[in-house]
Amino acid sequence: MSDFSIIGKPTAMIDAAEKTTGAGKYTDDLSVPGMLVGKILHSPYPHARIKRIDTSRAEKCAGVVAVAVGKDAPNPYGILPVGHDEYPLALDKVRYVGDNVACVVAVSEAVAEKALELIDVEYEILPAYFDPEESMKAKTDLIHDSKPGNLEKDYHHVFGDPDKGFAEAHQVAEARFIANEVTHAAMEPHSTLASFEVDPHTGKPGRLTVWSSTQVPYYLQHKLSLVLEMPMSQIRVIKPLVGGGFGGKSEVIPLEIIAAVAARKAQAPVKLTYTREEVFWAHRGRPRTIIDLKTGVKSDGRITAVKARVVQDGGAYCSYGVVTILYSGALLGALYDIPNIQYDGYRVLTNKPACGAMRGHGTVNVRFAFESQLDELALTLRIDPVEIRQRNLLQPPCITVNGLRVQSYGLPECIEKTVERSGWKQRKGKLSKGRGLGIACSHYVSGAANSIIRSDMPHSTVNIKIDRDGGVVVYTGASEIGQGSDTMTAQIAAEVLGCSLARVRVIAADTDLTPIDIGSYSSRVTFMAGNATLRAAGEVKKLIAAAAEQKMKCTVEDLVFRDDLVVKKGTVPPVLKRDQAEEVEVTQAGASVSGRVEGQILRGSLQQKRKEEGTKDWMTFEEAVVAAIDFHGALTGTGSYAPPQEARGGRHKGGGVGPSPAYSYSAQVAEVSVDEETGEVTVHKVWAAHDCGRALNPVSVAGQIIGSVWMGMGQALTEEMIWKDGMLMNPGLLEYRSPSSVESPEVEPIIVESIDPEGPFGAKECSEGSLAATIPAIANAIYDAVGVRLHESPFTPERVLAALRTRRHAKALNLTEGVDPTSPERFREHGGSLCFKGKGPERHALDPSRREQPSVRGGAD
Amino acid sequence: MKKELIELRVNGRAHELAIEPSALLLDVLRQELELTGSKRGCDDSSCGACTVLVDGVAMMSCTLLAASCEGQEITTVEGVSEHGALAAIQKAYGDWGGAQCGYCTPGFIMTVKSLLAENPNPTEADVRAALSSNLCRCTGYSQMYEAIRVAIASERAAVPVDE
Repeated sequence: MSDFSIIGKPTAMIDAAEKTTGAGKYTDDLSVPGMLVGKILHSPYPHARIKRIDTSRAEKCAGVVAVAVGKDAPNPYGILPVGHDEYPLALDKVRYVGDNVACVVAVSEAVAEKALELIDVEYEILPAYFDPEESMKAKTDLIHDSKPGNLEKDYHHVFGDPDKGFAEAHQVAEARFIANEVTHAAMEPHSTLASFEVDPHTGKPGRLTVWSSTQVPYYLQHKLSLVLEMPMSQIRVIKPLVGGGFGGKSEVIPLEIIAAVAARKAQAPVKLTYTREEVFWAHRGRPRTIIDLKTGVKSDGRITAVKARVVQDGGAYCSYGVVTILYSGALLGALYDIPNIQYDGYRVLTNKPACGAMRGHGTVNVRFAFESQLDELALTLRIDPVEIRQRNLLQPPCITVNGLRVQSYGLPECIEKTVERSGWKQRKGKLSKGRGLGIACSHYVSGAANSIIRSDMPHSTVNIKIDRDGGVVVYTGASEIGQGSDTMTAQIAAEVLGCSLARVRVIAADTDLTPIDIGSYSSRVTFMAGNATLRAAGEVKKLIAAAAEQKMKCTVEDLVFRDDLVVKKGTVPPVLKRDQAEEVEVTQAGASVSGRVEGQILRGSLQQKRKEEGTKDWMTFEEAVVAAIDFHGALTGTGSYAPPQEARGGRHKGGGVGPSPAYSYSAQVAEVSVDEETGEVTVHKVWAAHDCGRALNPVSVAGQIIGSVWMGMGQALTEEMIWKDGMLMNPGLLEYRSPSSVESPEVEPIIVESIDPEGPFGAKECSEGSLAATIPAIANAIYDAVGVRLHESPFTPERVLAALRTRRHAKALNLTEGVDPTSPERFREHGGSLCFKGKGPERHALDPSRREQPSVRGGAD
Repeated sequence: MKKELIELRVNGRAHELAIEPSALLLDVLRQELELTGSKRGCDDSSCGACTVLVDGVAMMSCTLLAASCEGQEITTVEGVSEHGALAAIQKAYGDWGGAQCGYCTPGFIMTVKSLLAENPNPTEADVRAALSSNLCRCTGYSQMYEAIRVAIASERAAVPVDE
């Protein structure tokens, strides 16, 4: 076990106090002088051509400064270079209910809301597509003219020889799984503040500063430059605190560009903040996914082949879609040893908000299907579900059949530990009626090996400067979104330099100050920005060491940097009580005769000290820094990270998505009980082992594991975006049913450290990989509890009950019979959000208000 | 709407404010008083990020008229720190991972304050029930329970035995 002074220790986040006192500023907390408020007019139709927009009535409204429309910024953009299909404000067509049509800029929110109602838009309503499999058959009225069959992208991959694999199999399982749409629902609604500066030379609006709740400041800067036709150097993107992302802020959300367009038109700073309902419309979450999965195994449980056909309901724009559909196929590999894979993926456009990246991007739904089917096969072959997973392990280091390089592989230990802690062997099959245990595994990339912007630039760069005060300032483009990125950066810098955490100040995610980092997504920050920090700190350390070796008359190898001291190896780190006492005294007196103030040694006194003391066995960190500056001049260092060529994947089309320099691994056991009367599933406990390479900050690692498992449980049991004809039926935090503290089980995080050869101090990702295992672990536990296999998530009481009744050959109980929740005839925009103005919801047949109706008949049991 | 003059007591200080009678407490706190610690996470008191104490009772300020709070003592998260230092609950939330993105944290801190004022020795079930008024999307709540346990213990240790 290596001996570290900073990393591996439970550490409070460096911005914890800002967050717990309310002092920290998120985008919506900011204001600048003269700031105006923007409100967006959304489309009330899922698919329509805009024939005419008349903003004149709104513009005349007192307090309205400007109304921006599509033609104010008619340049397409999109997060992927292959998917530039969005406009900040619709040009000619709207493609989902909630699509952006116009933006009113006014002195107050109330005025802006009133003005929205005065914008006249004439629409020509077009046929709309809501079901991906129907949408694929479309011949006319395509959602995007350039996409025949409303097909955003399809991929057909064959690795190995799947037909031969299935022929060799003793047992083949085949089934359709459906995972319904879920969303990030980060607590902070998206917000952007855009402000132009006046150029001193031209006297006209010049540089643009944008504060935004983004995970990817660099991509935002890039897209702003595209749409506004401004050079990137004239745009500064600053990321204040971000209140959670989970992928929902990992691309450019329309309001981020609309704010800038509106600010340009209004010639004043504009802030736009989504209402919670608008966040649901903006969405970009995990698409509804239909998975037709076929798995073949030998009689000993060894997998011979896997065939997956995946259809994703991508919504109206490309977003990250091409990447999502590729991840779904690519990450069939790198968890188990699968010799033959066939993958057919279809990303389909529909008239709903675009889906994008969400925690566990692309892998989660397919993993649910795969792990459920593996469980089924194990039971058919009478092999313990743990055993079947252990029989299909990879033998790393290796390159999988689909070109993924695997080095560190903690999955065996994850399985072992989670089985041990959960008492699987003693308890499985022996729990009381209606209670069961289920196991599942998952994995995830530690950063995508290939950036979505095709270039060879480093994915992360970090600068460090240290001044004579001994303060270490780290400049990183990595985006803290609550996952602890800034703390990780500070920890790594402090560990390398042997200084205390308090000395390190992290300046992050400000495109004017910090070097390019491609952002917080695909779990890349610890691995990539961490490695860049490691290298930058190493550079600076070299300079300090060179100075220290001269001062201390020894070689660099003999120096130990630790606890704010530079010590000659073998010397007992001096805890000099006399010096400490002196320092305290001096501090109290302010400056002193010796010129020594807290944290700072002035040059004169240092020279004096040198004369007095001659060669030393140790120096304080400040002394070493001052010596280094005296020897070398300014003390700065730069480090960057680009994934190695070997980790960048196969050469097949689409082979760029899936490869990563390292993969995290997870194994989980869930204990659930099922109420056979109501169909309600209760998760009692989840044991979650996660291989994160090395836990740089165990509190954060545990928090990320628990958070992932919890979010997976939400998707497994309650969370679902419910659509009716392109209308979202549950656009609110109560209706979307994110689990509360009462519904959340105990999660026991088990940290497994496989020490990756390329990760910073051996670290890999820990924030996403655990999510995917939770859903199938719960599904498998439900099977163990009551013997029904659920093929559609979330496992709501209705679905569980339906499955239970099917098992008993009882008539399915249609709980929604006679319920037409909305059937709106028309609805209108109101206050930036949407509300119905139609006949309103019809009531359930059993609702007291319709007692005269015959009640729903259940089948005989 | 015509503005009216009201006096609002927030964190022990009185503020004279001209506000519309329809103004929500959360907007007044955030926009008029620039106390942005209380957050807006939803618009319909479903998330609890805007929780403040009104005469010691945890209330969601996003659906509370500011004018109705006249004469009452409002405490926001900015009023929790004691003498410029972190209160035990704030320190514990930081140390034990109770806050990740931090957006829901002020609301949780206020909810916990009100819970502990009412019930200084809550069981985990009490804590879960109390926290269910607030939503968090990062933590899965578990580390908050640990933080609350530690905060209670450290508060207790700080109180001299003879008190």
